[in-house]
Amino acid sequence: MGLDIAFWVLAVIMTGAALAVVLLPNIFRSALALIVCFLGVAGIFITLNADFLAAAQVLIYVGAISILIILSIMLTREVQRGNLSNRFTLSSFIMCSLFLGITIFALLNTPWPISAEAPLEPTTSALANILFSRDGMFLLVEIGGMLLLATIIGAIAIVRDK
Amino acid sequence: MSVGLEHYLILSAVLFSIGLYGSLSKRSAVVILMCIELMLNAANIALVAFSLFITPALLSGQVFSIFSILVAAAEVTVGLAIIIAIYRHHENIDVSKINLMKW
Repeated sequence: MGLDIAFWVLAVIMTGAALAVVLLPNIFRSALALIVCFLGVAGIFITLNADFLAAAQVLIYVGAISILIILSIMLTREVQRGNLSNRFTLSSFIMCSLFLGITIFALLNTPWPISAEAPLEPTTSALANILFSRDGMFLLVEIGGMLLLATIIGAIAIVRDK
Repeated sequence: MSVGLEHYLILSAVLFSIGLYGSLSKRSAVVILMCIELMLNAANIALVAFSLFITPALLSGQVFSIFSILVAAAEVTVGLAIIIAIYRHHENIDVSKINLMKW
């Protein structure tokens, strides 16, 4: 019951914030609405029993990615120009509503095999076992580390003042 | 009415289509990147919802979601570096005006 109320409140807030990202004329306020949306996604993760993922979402998305986006808005002086639309506004609106209608129709008419098992409560140790144990996904963790290293070096190389 | 799998999936589809509309119809490269992040978050919600409702013991959706967040962080870093480099050269990041390679 409490989780149901939390879901509806978060869903309304997130949809409003997502519309604000696209429709607000001030780009800085769109970035702040995006932060509200990310926090809403973290709340949805908590209602889905994914506690580690909710903390990771807040740390990575709100703590790092939103700061990077605001930094780039400041550095490229975007706020003066405003949130303009190009010439594909009407056709992309039609296509996106068509896509939304087809997706909702498809997922409401699929018989999902809903399982009746109880969810794992603290997910951190279960995730650690899946990722780091002997027959787990350790290769992916190493590849993720290499990806981050390549990202940092690439970003520095692109932005460097020659 | 109790909240089930379909509610989370419809929320994910709504967020995804709002992000899709923004990334197709906006002129500023930073706003397009913000809408791409919105789409990635919508996909993460769908992944974790499937993981809870269909196979709760396996947590595969959550592991997938962790790596999706990781790749999104890497992509935002490099994307914003490219945007800043383009701004240095062209003095604006309007994607309808940066069209030197168009036919």
